[in-house]
Amino acid sequence: MSFLSGENMTGGYGAADILHDCTIAVEKGEIAVIVGPNGAGKSTAMKAVFGMLSIHTGRVVLDGTDISGLSPQDRVKAGMGFVPQTNNVFTSLTVQENLEMGAYIRTDDFSETMERVFELFPILKEKRNQQAGELSGGQRQQVAVGRALMTQPKVLMLDEPTAGVSPIVMDELFDNIIEVAKTGIAILMVEQNARQALNIADKGYVLVQGRNRFTDTGEALLANPEVRKSFLGG
Amino acid sequence: MRIHRNVLLFAGMFGLLAIVGFGQSWSVALTIFNLCLISSVMALGVNIQWGYAGLFNVGIMGFAALGGVAAVLVSKPPVTEAWSAGAAGIGLAIISLGVTIAATIYARRKLTGRRRSLVSFAIIVAGFFITRGIFDPSVSAIEAIEPAKTGYLGGLGLPVIVSWAVGGLFAAGAAWLVGKIALGLRSDYLAIATLGISEIIIAVLKNEDWLTRGVKNVAGLDRPVPREIELQNTDWFISLADTLGTNVISFSSIFVKLSYSVLFAVVLLAIMWLSEKALKSPWGRMMRAIRDNRDAAEAMGKDVTRRHLQVFILGSAVVGIAGAMLTTLDGQFTPGTYNPLRYTFLIWVMVIVGGSGNNWGSVLGGFLIWFVWIEAEPVGAWLMDVVTSGMSEGNGLRDHLLKSAPHMRLMVMGMILLLVLRFSPRGLIPEKGGR
Amino acid sequence: MTDILNALILFANFVLVPATAYGAQLALGALGVTLVFGILRFSNFAHGDTMAFGTMVTILVTWWFQSMGVSIHPLPTALLALPFGILATVGMLLATDRLVYRFYRKVKAAPIVFVMSSVGVMFVMNGIVRFIIGPDDQRFADGERFIIKARDFKAATGMAEGLTIKVSQALTLGIAVIVVIALFWFLQRTRTGKSMRAFSDNEDLALLSGISPERVVMITWIIAAALATIAGTLYGLDKSFKPFTYFQLLLPIFAAAIVGGIGNPLGAIAGGFVVAFSEVTITYAYKKFLRYLLPENLEPDSLVQLLSTDYKFAVSFVILVMVLLIRPTGIFKGKVL
Ligand SMILES: Nc1ncnc2c1ncn2[C@@H]1O[C@H](COP(=O)(O)OP(=O)(O)O)[C@@H](O)[C@H]1O
Ligand SMILES: [Mg+2]
Repeated sequence: MSFLSGENMTGGYGAADILHDCTIAVEKGEIAVIVGPNGAGKSTAMKAVFGMLSIHTGRVVLDGTDISGLSPQDRVKAGMGFVPQTNNVFTSLTVQENLEMGAYIRTDDFSETMERVFELFPILKEKRNQQAGELSGGQRQQVAVGRALMTQPKVLMLDEPTAGVSPIVMDELFDNIIEVAKTGIAILMVEQNARQALNIADKGYVLVQGRNRFTDTGEALLANPEVRKSFLGG
Repeated sequence: MRIHRNVLLFAGMFGLLAIVGFGQSWSVALTIFNLCLISSVMALGVNIQWGYAGLFNVGIMGFAALGGVAAVLVSKPPVTEAWSAGAAGIGLAIISLGVTIAATIYARRKLTGRRRSLVSFAIIVAGFFITRGIFDPSVSAIEAIEPAKTGYLGGLGLPVIVSWAVGGLFAAGAAWLVGKIALGLRSDYLAIATLGISEIIIAVLKNEDWLTRGVKNVAGLDRPVPREIELQNTDWFISLADTLGTNVISFSSIFVKLSYSVLFAVVLLAIMWLSEKALKSPWGRMMRAIRDNRDAAEAMGKDVTRRHLQVFILGSAVVGIAGAMLTTLDGQFTPGTYNPLRYTFLIWVMVIVGGSGNNWGSVLGGFLIWFVWIEAEPVGAWLMDVVTSGMSEGNGLRDHLLKSAPHMRLMVMGMILLLVLRFSPRGLIPEKGGR
Repeated sequence: MTDILNALILFANFVLVPATAYGAQLALGALGVTLVFGILRFSNFAHGDTMAFGTMVTILVTWWFQSMGVSIHPLPTALLALPFGILATVGMLLATDRLVYRFYRKVKAAPIVFVMSSVGVMFVMNGIVRFIIGPDDQRFADGERFIIKARDFKAATGMAEGLTIKVSQALTLGIAVIVVIALFWFLQRTRTGKSMRAFSDNEDLALLSGISPERVVMITWIIAAALATIAGTLYGLDKSFKPFTYFQLLLPIFAAAIVGGIGNPLGAIAGGFVVAFSEVTITYAYKKFLRYLLPENLEPDSLVQLLSTDYKFAVSFVILVMVLLIRPTGIFKGKVL
């Protein structure tokens, strides 16, 4: 039994199903990566796990309890954090306010968590009073991840955290993510940069047309010639 | 099945009018009927905008008033002294205004940055003062001529029925202006802009005496049908009344009202026929496709803003026609009586209750809501009588309730709109195929 | 020299002071419209009549206080009644939200449906106000009327022109400043205020952060009710209360909100003053003013009024049109279209 799993999920946005019997799981302290061609339903699978669209078959289980019926807000309270693919920061709020909003549901003192985030992303501390909309792409992604970390989630879900950032920044972000995983948080991540992502992944899922095509360890997928040929560009 | 239901709905509507005919009088029933017809035309115009394209026009009143202006400007005889006193000046002022606008647009196209703002500002200021310099003396000259009787330019002295078309044109012109500015932006902005333009149109009509005598009103408009008094002195009419065995005087009043009914009905049917044809044409299908999924239509290369402008102008023109018909029926133009409740809001209730997107629905809504509006007054007063019957003569609350009864209608109409919007958004006669 | 001073006093008396008070009233009104737009994302056509409703309740309570002899002389009794007006309006707006708007939020209706139902709400409120207090002018100002009277000013300064400052004008400005400071403190410094800004900025992300939309909406209506009642009461004290006037205020208020950048509170304040000053300067008759400044042979014999006061709403409209044509996002970049 995995820590977080979406099991046999089938569903979509409206009449037509996008996901077909799709299963995704991740363990505490591990990194699971979903890769696949554009439009494969990766983001949709993430939203399904987070309860942002209804699945009519299958279920989502967190730490042994079925959470399929919970709203996204309740899943946040249950210990899940989500960084969407787009529009993932409050552009008109300062960096610090973004983090505060991440901690909105917390009633205890969260200054320590914020310090932790600042340790992880030192540049954010420097720019704490700047509007998030004025930051560079990579810094914005850091704000987005930082915001999601403010609830001290047990699972962190990231949808293409490295989209549109330079390779150097990408490496940095991956390092940060590994560090977060080391603190015992389960990380479920969608990535376009499949090769680099699978490199740091404990587990990898290749999604095609809403179905699981390959599921294995990151290493094994990188070694799999069929995966290499179709999805990693040789 | 549905056809059946709709026929029943209309039959019921005519039944209501017949009850008024038998119960109160046929003259009253016909008065209501005529205004029902005009309301239906207005509702059709609004339905073209809302039902076909999802455009929310909060300035129906202004477009209707422009129709009223047309009735005056077309049918009243020209005031020759006023023309010689000031018409040239007014014309010159209009040209000066046009030149100012053209020059501003030209400057904005040619220049950039700070220069652009400064130059356009200078042109506007200079143009304003030149225009006013020509305009003001001419206005005073015109308004000085027999202010109690005329004091305005008068009109063209044509048959008033011509004004129905001209009213449509006036409204179309105003719609073009507003649409150019507000369409293509957030949908709220059209609503705000139409609200603004209609308030301004009314303000202009109340204050520009040289044009339509302002709040002094223009009475005694030409009529498209004979006058009662003429009929009463016409041989064939008297003998007709004799054969029918009715009183000549009351029959003349009914006959005149019936003549209006025929004219209005012809207009209504013509517009109805055109609207239905348009709705079923490829153009109508495209309009609805745009309404239902704007993004998809845009992605397919449709120029949505242009289509919206088209439909907005067409709908406003229909409202303008109805406005001219209304002023014709009244026989006088009274800018002071235009208020948004009667001329904008009530029409909206008609469209929504009737069934947005369905022309038959708008016609039914026009009939039903006008009927309710008129009959609500005596019913409301009666209701208040009943409520206050237990209270003593001098009771302050009783007096207050009796005095406030008319305002109940406002609330009731607002409630009806909200309730239909919420619980039956497709209205009495829903759009075929639906959204 | 005295001529120039007299001209300035004249200008201050008829333009500066009244326009400042009017600008503050519009700013408060526009703040309400802009907040509702920022959070609920529609132009609230019922805002003018919400102002009328709040003012009406304030007036009724004022009359009641007056009849009991309660007074805070030299200040108008209406200030004492204001909290009651606000409370009633809060109740009213929360009820309309519950009965009307909440459903459309749930079904994610198109913005124009919200606008249309707000027009329905406008007419219901308008009906309620006319039903209760009637359609006529009501006066409810009491207490001291002037801070500076023209006569005293002339006597003290020896100038030909006098300067009048009404209590209502000073009150308007003072209260507006306090309200705006409180509002900005709330939005910038408190957790709830920040959550409202976050919600306005990015609704989906706000939901993902656990911000409750219903709570944000509720607080927005409460603030809008308070702003509307305060704006309406101040306007009524300064001029007079008539339901139809409040409906007509909708246009300058919308213009102010859009000029500033709709959804942007700072913009609403700037917009309020832009609209008020344009309206007053354009409809002011400069004849006497110019007579002080120009040599005798150049003195104008007309009123030198750019636009008659009957057209003051046209000024708002023209401003609105210019903004829509030139910079639809307003001065301070508001919500994108
Ligand atoms: N909000 C939405 N409503 C309807 N269909 C959507 C929506 N978002 C995505 N889709 C469709 O779902 C499919 C999968 O999209 P997505 O999950 O975003 O793919 P990926 O993230 O793998 O690139 C695509 O066909 C896309 O068109
Ligand atoms: Mg995606």
